[in-house]
This record gives sequence, structure tokens and C-alpha cells, in this order.
Amino acid sequence: MELRGCTRDYGAVRAVDALDLAVHEGEFLALLGPSGCGKTTTLNLIAGFVEPTAGRILIDGEDVTGRPPHLRALGVVFQSYALFPHLSVRENVAFGLRERRVTAAEIERRVAEALELVRLDARGRQRPAELSGGMQQRVALARALVYRPRVLLLDEPLAALDKKLREEMRDELRAIQRSVGITTIFVTHDQAEALGLSDRIAVMSRGRIEQLGTPREIYERPVTRFVADFIGASSMLRGRAVAADRVVVTGGPPLRVQGGAALRAGEEVELAIRPERVRLAPGPGDNVLDARVEGLVYQGAQTEVTARLDDGQRVLAFVTEPTSVPLQLGQIVRLHLPADAFMVLA
Amino acid sequence: MILRLAVAALMAFMTLPTLVVIAVSFNPTAILSFPPAGFSLRWYENVITYPQFQRAAVNSLLVTGGAVAVVLPVGTLAALALERGRLRGRSVWTALLLSPLVVPGVAAGLGFLILAAALGLLRSRSVLIAAHVALVLPFVVRSVWVSVRNLDPALERAAASLGATPWRAFRRVTLPLLRPGLFAGLLFAVVVSVNEFVVSLFISNRVTEILPVAMFTYVVNYTDPTIAALSSLFIVTTFVVVWLADRYLNLSRVFLQH
Repeated sequence: MELRGCTRDYGAVRAVDALDLAVHEGEFLALLGPSGCGKTTTLNLIAGFVEPTAGRILIDGEDVTGRPPHLRALGVVFQSYALFPHLSVRENVAFGLRERRVTAAEIERRVAEALELVRLDARGRQRPAELSGGMQQRVALARALVYRPRVLLLDEPLAALDKKLREEMRDELRAIQRSVGITTIFVTHDQAEALGLSDRIAVMSRGRIEQLGTPREIYERPVTRFVADFIGASSMLRGRAVAADRVVVTGGPPLRVQGGAALRAGEEVELAIRPERVRLAPGPGDNVLDARVEGLVYQGAQTEVTARLDDGQRVLAFVTEPTSVPLQLGQIVRLHLPADAFMVLA
Repeated sequence: MILRLAVAALMAFMTLPTLVVIAVSFNPTAILSFPPAGFSLRWYENVITYPQFQRAAVNSLLVTGGAVAVVLPVGTLAALALERGRLRGRSVWTALLLSPLVVPGVAAGLGFLILAAALGLLRSRSVLIAAHVALVLPFVVRSVWVSVRNLDPALERAAASLGATPWRAFRRVTLPLLRPGLFAGLLFAVVVSVNEFVVSLFISNRVTEILPVAMFTYVVNYTDPTIAALSSLFIVTTFVVVWLADRYLNLSRVFLQH
């Protein structure tokens, strides 16, 4: 599955902007971003529900640009599930097979198989409205998989479920995708879902892909401020490089920065650091800065500490509870910012 | 208590004329007297054997049948176009197609008469059919339109993603889901068309006239309870049809949704 330079305009609004994306065979790829970032339009381009203003779409190396959706042989699971209310569960699942003129015996066999895969073999005769949200979701999945499509497209499939069910379905979705081994593109605005489910994540913003990589790369090595900010919590620090691996942030001692590309001395740089990597230091040392505690949010297992550096930049730290000495507002603390915890943003 | 009395009074006020007609139809004598002087079915017999009524009944069947056959597909397409189509001046189209004819029946009838005369179609039932189509179209468009608005567009996309051509998606998904609206529209079309009088009076003759017109002609010439008997048949049939429809098609659901 590949998008080459795909652009889609709605009037004066550019929803998707010269997008290039290649999805590997059997891969689970998440399109992650805030609403309006173009992720759903991208999915609709692949499915054929909208045509690109420019660019090409390839499936299995075959150019399918301009081909109507019913000839693309894809499986789609919609956010609302879009189950046919007038048909039984079994008829819903059989729909794609009937359109492919599969024989009755074969339809029966494969529908039974698909319903078993999603553990709904006992519900075949019921109408979708008689099932719970989680079951409807599984019917939608069975319906999209039963005719063995080339690619499975999931549009926020878990958004309509409540929290507990969502977590259950997330694991089940992943297990089913693995057992079937189908190339899957998954649209979501929920970073936890994307991190937990996907082989790779494409983080999107304003119609473009900001970063494409494994969940670990995206979380640990975000390349832009947008990604660092959108995925997880991060503190952003502006500073000036004084050596290839040294950055002065507050006029205080230079901080050692490790792991990124070599910096040029004198260059303005932006660093990001995850709150769980920031530690309270017992005394002065390398990569330790003084800061004044401005906010404390006790959360049981940890406390969220917001601290302000001398020059006004803020650092967020998750401090594991229980702490030896309780923290207090206005108190001066020493923050240890480990050299390998810094992410250098473009 | 007062409310209940008010409702009862209102119901009586609305149904009383109907009940009077039914009572009078059983009169044994040839005058429209109320209360009836006895009980007899002779006027019902007269209704069934009177040749002009037989002919008019056949005409009613042909005209209503013809009009319904035209208006259901046309009305369905119009409703789909109003909701989905890329229409210039959608609000004007909506107002036109959803509101019943606002011109007086006499004016409309005259218009159809002049047109029919100009086209040399005065002896044909096709003019009646055309007029009835125009008169019932808004009812059909409105009821189908309600069903179209309740239709999730994702369902048609789902059908397409599953391999259905646009026509197959329409046949297997859209049309079955429009069924409640179509039934309601059909019902309205039949009731309105069967009872239509003013416009039909202008454009029919002794050969093509439909039942309401034949009844009017009868009343002009005779004053026996035959007409009450025929009216009673009309009333009972309409009542049964609407009751059945409400019971099995859940009409209130179709109309209360929007």
C-alpha cells in the first residue's frame, strides 16, 4: 500500500498535502493526529470514498487512483460500525461474499469461520441493534475480513466504546490482526491506542506526516516540537549550543546532551524532556538545575511537579511517591536532567 | 377532568357527521332522514349494482394505480435528490416539493382542463393520472424524505467498500431502509388520490370519471340514501387501511422522527 504525493483540497482548504506513505505487507500502521489533521481524509483517499486532487494511490503495486471503492477490494471498519440494521449479523458478514458471487455453501462456511474468529458464532441470527457496542464492533470487523481484503482500514474503531471495553477490544483487535496477518491502517486521535497497537505510527498535522516511526522512536526520539508535544507530556527548553554536546539553557551551567546529532556551537536549539525522566537531585552535580516548585498534583503513585527555572522556562517532573520529604509550593528543588533523556527538536 | 371532557367533545364533534352518514345509509325509505326509520341494506345493493358506480370504481382503480406507479419512483428520486444532490436553489426545490399544492383546487382543475384541451387529451384517463401525480407527489416526497434523512450515509459507503456497485448498494441497502417512508407515502398517495374531487371534476367525463365525481353527479340528480351507503363504504375502507398501516408499519414512528 502506497500513497505518492497525494493532495486533497476541499475548496480552499488543503486537507491532505503532498503525502507520501508506504505501508509494509502485514504491517499495523496508525495514522495519529488531532482532529482536522487529515488522517480521516487520508483513509478516505485509500478507500476511494474521495479522490485525490493530485497524486497517486498504489495497492500491491497496482495504481488504483480513480478506481471506485467497490473495485478496490479493501476492508473498512467505520467509526459508527455502519452495520446494516435491516440484515441479521450473518447477512451483514455475508454481504461482501454475496457481492463477489461466492457459492452458497462457501458463504456459509466462511461466515461461520469469521463469526468464530470474533467469538460471535451464537449471534448469527440476531439483528445488530440487539448486540452490545463491543459485539457490533466485532461484527463490523468480521464483515470487513471475511472476503480476505488486501488491506484493512480502521476509522477510530474504538472511539465509541467505553474505557474498559476499549482496552479489551484493543487487545482483541491486535490478536485478530496478527492471526490474519493483514496489512492494517488504523486512524486514531488516541496516542495510547496508537502506541499500544501499532508496528509504526505516522503522526499527522495539517495534512502532512510529521514523523513516521515505531512507537518507541516516536515517543523517545520525536523530531519535531509538534510530535514531542502531542505524544506524551514533554517540557520544552530553549537554549544555545556551546559545543557539539553542550547546551546552555538558563545561563546556568552547560547541560550535556547525548544521543542526537552533533550540535554546532552558537546554534539556537530546542530540547524536550519527558517528565518521567526528570529526577530530583540530592545535591549539585552534572546536568542539575535549580528550579522553584510552582504546582503539585498528587496522583497516588506519583506527584506531578511543575517547576520554573530562573529564566522562567517550565519543567514538568513526575516524582515517584512516596517521597522522603514532602514537596512544598515555592520550595527550591534541584532537577537532574539526564544527558540521554534530552530530545533535540528540529 | 375538564381536559378529558374537552377531548371527548372534540372527538364527538369530529366524528359525528361521519356517524350520521353511516346511520342514514341503513334507512329503509328513499329519503335521507335522521334518525333512520328502520334497518335495510337495499342502498348498499343499489351501490353495487348501479352501472355508473361500477364504471367509476374501475376508473378510480386505474387512475389511482397509474398515479401511484408513477409517483413512487419519482417521489423517491426527488427525496434523494433533495437530501443528497448538488442542487442549485435547494430551499426553493424543498419548498416546492414538500408542500401540497397551495393554489385552490378550482384553479388547478381549470389549468389542467385548458392544458388537456390544448393537447386533445380530454377523453383520456392519462390527464387524470397526471393531475393526481401532481397532487400526491408532495405527500410521497415528504414521507420518503424523512426516511432518507434518517439514513446514515456511512451505510452506503460500507456497502461500496464491501464490493457493491452503486446500483447494488441502492438495491440491497438504501431501498430496504427507505421502506417505511415508501409505505407511508404509498398510503397517503392512495388516500388522497381516491378521495380527490375538485380537480378531477374538471377533467373527467361520464366515461372517465372517478368515484367521488360519480357520487357528486348522483347527488345532483337523486337524493336517496345510496350516496350515504357509498360514503359509508369509503369511510370504513379508509379507516381500516389507515388502522392496518399504523398497526403493522408503525406510522407514528415515520412521522414523529423529525
